[in-house]
Amino acid sequence: MKLTRREILTAFFGLPFALSACRSNSENKPVAGEIVGANVDVGHILRENRNYEVPNNNWENVKVAIIGGGAAGLSAAYKFQKSDFSDFVLLELENKIGGTAQSGTSDIVPYPWGAHYLPVPFQENAELIALLDEMSLTEGVKETGEIIVKEQFLCREPEERVFYKGRWYHGLYLHAGESETDKREYEEFYKQVDFWVNWRDSNGKRAFVLPVADCSRDADVLALDKLSFGDWLRQKGFTSERLFWYCDYACRDDYGLKLDQTSAWAGLFYFCSRVRKSGDESQPFITFPEGNGRFINFLSDKIKDKTRLKTVVLEIVPSEKGVDVIYLNTANNEIRGLRCEKAIFAAPVFTARFLIRDFKKGAPAHLQEFEHNAWFVANLFLKDRPKTRFARDFPLAWDNVLYESPSLGYVNSTHQKGLDYGAAVFTYYYPMCHEENARAKLFALDHQELADIVLTDLSRAHPNIRELTEKIDVMRWGHAMISPRPNFLWSGARDEAQKPFRNIHFAHSDLSGIALFEEAFYHGIRAASEIISAK
Amino acid sequence: MNKQVPLLFLNVIIIATCGLIYELLAATVSSYVLGDSVTQFSLVIGIYLSAMGVGSWLSGYLDKDLAKRFVEIELAVAVIGGFSAPLLFLTFASLSYFNLILYGTVFVIGALVGLEIPLLMRILKDELDFKKLVARVLALDYAGALVASLLFPIFLVPKLGLIRTSLLFGLLNAGVGIWGTWLLENLIKKRELTILRIKGFIVVILLLVALIKADSLTTLAEDALFADNIIYAKSSSYQRIVVTKGKTGYSLFLNGNLQFNSFDEYRYHEALVHPAFAAHDGQPKRILVLGGGDGLAVREILKYPSIESVTLVDLDPLMTQISKSVPALGELNKNSLNDARVSVVNNDAFVWLDANNAEPFDIAIIDFPDPNNFALGKLYTTRFYNLLKKKLKPDSAIVIQTTSPLFARKSFWCIMKTLEASGFHVKPFNTTVPSFGIWGYALAKLEPFEAPQKPSENIELKFLNENSFASMFEFSADTNLPKDEEIEINRLDNQALVRYYESEWRRFE
Ligand SMILES: Cc1cc2nc3c(=O)[nH]c(=O)nc-3n(C[C@H](O)[C@H](O)[C@H](O)COP(=O)(O)OP(=O)(O)OC[C@H]3O[C@@H](n4cnc5c(N)ncnc54)[C@H](O)[C@@H]3O)c2cc1C
Repeated sequence: MKLTRREILTAFFGLPFALSACRSNSENKPVAGEIVGANVDVGHILRENRNYEVPNNNWENVKVAIIGGGAAGLSAAYKFQKSDFSDFVLLELENKIGGTAQSGTSDIVPYPWGAHYLPVPFQENAELIALLDEMSLTEGVKETGEIIVKEQFLCREPEERVFYKGRWYHGLYLHAGESETDKREYEEFYKQVDFWVNWRDSNGKRAFVLPVADCSRDADVLALDKLSFGDWLRQKGFTSERLFWYCDYACRDDYGLKLDQTSAWAGLFYFCSRVRKSGDESQPFITFPEGNGRFINFLSDKIKDKTRLKTVVLEIVPSEKGVDVIYLNTANNEIRGLRCEKAIFAAPVFTARFLIRDFKKGAPAHLQEFEHNAWFVANLFLKDRPKTRFARDFPLAWDNVLYESPSLGYVNSTHQKGLDYGAAVFTYYYPMCHEENARAKLFALDHQELADIVLTDLSRAHPNIRELTEKIDVMRWGHAMISPRPNFLWSGARDEAQKPFRNIHFAHSDLSGIALFEEAFYHGIRAASEIISAK
Repeated sequence: MNKQVPLLFLNVIIIATCGLIYELLAATVSSYVLGDSVTQFSLVIGIYLSAMGVGSWLSGYLDKDLAKRFVEIELAVAVIGGFSAPLLFLTFASLSYFNLILYGTVFVIGALVGLEIPLLMRILKDELDFKKLVARVLALDYAGALVASLLFPIFLVPKLGLIRTSLLFGLLNAGVGIWGTWLLENLIKKRELTILRIKGFIVVILLLVALIKADSLTTLAEDALFADNIIYAKSSSYQRIVVTKGKTGYSLFLNGNLQFNSFDEYRYHEALVHPAFAAHDGQPKRILVLGGGDGLAVREILKYPSIESVTLVDLDPLMTQISKSVPALGELNKNSLNDARVSVVNNDAFVWLDANNAEPFDIAIIDFPDPNNFALGKLYTTRFYNLLKKKLKPDSAIVIQTTSPLFARKSFWCIMKTLEASGFHVKPFNTTVPSFGIWGYALAKLEPFEAPQKPSENIELKFLNENSFASMFEFSADTNLPKDEEIEINRLDNQALVRYYESEWRRFE
């Protein structure tokens, strides 16, 4: 059944906003652009749960197959390269490398389709720092031992602004118009954050740090995973609406979940894991016009000859001697097989039950605990940027957030390049955590409907956004991010899932329970190291 | 009703006067803000007269309730005409489609005024014979025009100003309308009379309120603009460019900020250019100018015979174009931008430095607007100066305009620290430019050097000589580096300078 515009807008933004939006521009011109990304049919093929036969002459031998060309799979390949191991291939189902960190290119600037920044890692994260060094992003170390990232790769000021009741304000937390209670609670909240920043267990481990694998497993910390972040705030006596908004925004931004859907452990992780010690600022952001696509391109450039795109792994069959990987080449619809000694499974964890032959009949229980949420991301190609409407409005920033919207607002891709005038690319993010049945709803919408949602939302702040927009491309992420809901992160499921199954090693960032580049990198390196050290 | 006829003729005079006043107002406002008065006056008059024609023609389609229509039209003219000048002033500053509003307003007023006289004649036609009617009405119409054209320049503009004049004549029109409800009482239905009178009083109250508030309206629009006559004004995609001519000469404003006045700009530009040449030990051949689209720095540069090429990078194509084409500017910059050695690039200097691999330059002159927003603030960062370094030779010299060390002391010293942090050896200096006050610059090189003591030989200068040159490097107690204050380095990821600048200049707003 086709939904009306009003029904769609109501589903996304609530009735009052939908009504006023429908009143003000009932007839909208179609917008150019398309839905990009993976073919939906591929998912259906995988769910058919069939066993596949490979014609005899379509078999090849290769020592290791990496399944999935996202940040995790590419990091595994990077580790192989660094260890002078070259008998591997990387299989990626899309026609483009990078998974949720992929990027696109335009005449103006490249732009992200998902991940767009990386906080400067702490000095302890040596392997990741080595990558940054290799990419020439750094210039030495401070006296404290922390690395110095070159100025042009750190997010340029102004970093964030928030739109509230018709005006733009500096920063993400809304200070304008806050009451005494708001102020006190905001300070009190940061005292709580400080407490956890400084907290150490008996072995000297931090409560929250990247990678998640280095976090303390002390019962006091893990207890935080048993309740939602919203409940935690309420238990601590917080009431400030804007503080709740701020924390809710953080959860939606990093996890694609609402405050009450997110584990308090994950909520505090967001605020604590990038602060060295109390009083310090959170680690600054490394960003590029194309977002984390810069890392993807750097990693994938080195292994172009070992990368197979448009390659859907259909089945992984562990054997006595090794593991067989069966894939479909969607370019010519040919089914081929790889006889490998080992495989690195760097595709989302939930797909293991459709791919690994032993799991098809009955998947291990821990796999059921890996839940994902749906997002969509739109890139708007603007012929000119929206003008500031009021003299005191805070100007266009890198991240531009709408307080009253369930979306996350948009990131301006021209910002980091220093382009301050004229044409721009805005990347709009919408985590579908407010909707029931989000994934089905998302895939029921066509391009025009999604574009209309984006434009209607942004027209709150930019009434002429429709005239400025020349094209909107949309990416639907059906399984965008792993969901760190309460009782998932420390239930033991992740530990189970991380154990190799016969000759298959697992690497996807899902294993951390938190969708971050650092985690994907960590698991890629770890899985590759497991294989190298077994040799 | 017969005895009312003379009074209705008085109305004709008033209507005619008001009509012409609105026309003159629109023409004056538009030449005031858009420049080029010949074009503006002829366009406004042309549109106005043709719109009157359209109005007269339309009057042929009005058959019933002529008296009521007449009063309504009066009230409409009162509102639109009365508010025309404030509307034009207020929209001029903010709208790119200002022209549309301007000519639209002129057309609507013209059409309404064009409706008035034919209607009045038809109302009066039963009272007088046609011959007399036409003769009197037209005669009074033209007489009204004379009254208006005399009052406007002699009394109205100098004594009342454009905004009050506009509102006052709106009131007169409204008065005529309300009065009409009495004069033409018999021709209008009872119930409609009351409605018309209520409408009339609302219009009068609106105009009166505006008239009382006119002072603040005026400061908002008119006075906030420019004291002098505008000879050129246009908005580019980047800024509003206005050139004015006054007693002291020409001035250039970008977004309302004074860039120079021809009376003392030579002081500013000599100080901007010649210290770099004096600090250069060889024969400078390749020169880079960033900003400076007015061509005045290039004028100074071209005084050196060793120059082989000047590359000028300015964001705004309109700015560099008018520096070549507006005669007053061309005269002032000695047509420097048309010199064969000069090539103009229109781009953001930050983006240009980042993307361009031009050969290094001997001298760079950097003349950006003050860092009052983030887009400008990035042009004063360590990143920017590091990009600039790649376009310099080991012995190159540069000068940067660095705002006022008196009004924005921290900002000024923040730029010096930022340059040092980027690896430059810096000699700050300052001088007095009456239009601006005490103004500051940085002379910098990549190698250690002594501040030069005099300008190069054989260069013709109006301001700099040995005395004034050497004294520029002295700072007074209220402009030198503040001892007790920590000053941050300006980086892309902190934009400290924009914050300093904001807080320092806000004190003077
Ligand atoms: C909208 C959005 C915004 C984000 N923003 C940030 C951010 O700012 N910073 C940050 O650190 N992280 C961010 N993340 C998370 C980040 O993208 C991930 O943590 C990281 O890039 C994940 O890498 P991965 O390799 O683990 O997984 P994925 O990116 O999911 O990669 C898995 C790959 O496997 C492929 N694949 C799946 N099935 C098969 C199959 N059967 N055969 C072959 N290939 C297959 C997929 O096509 C995909 O390319 C964001 C994520 C999203 C969705």
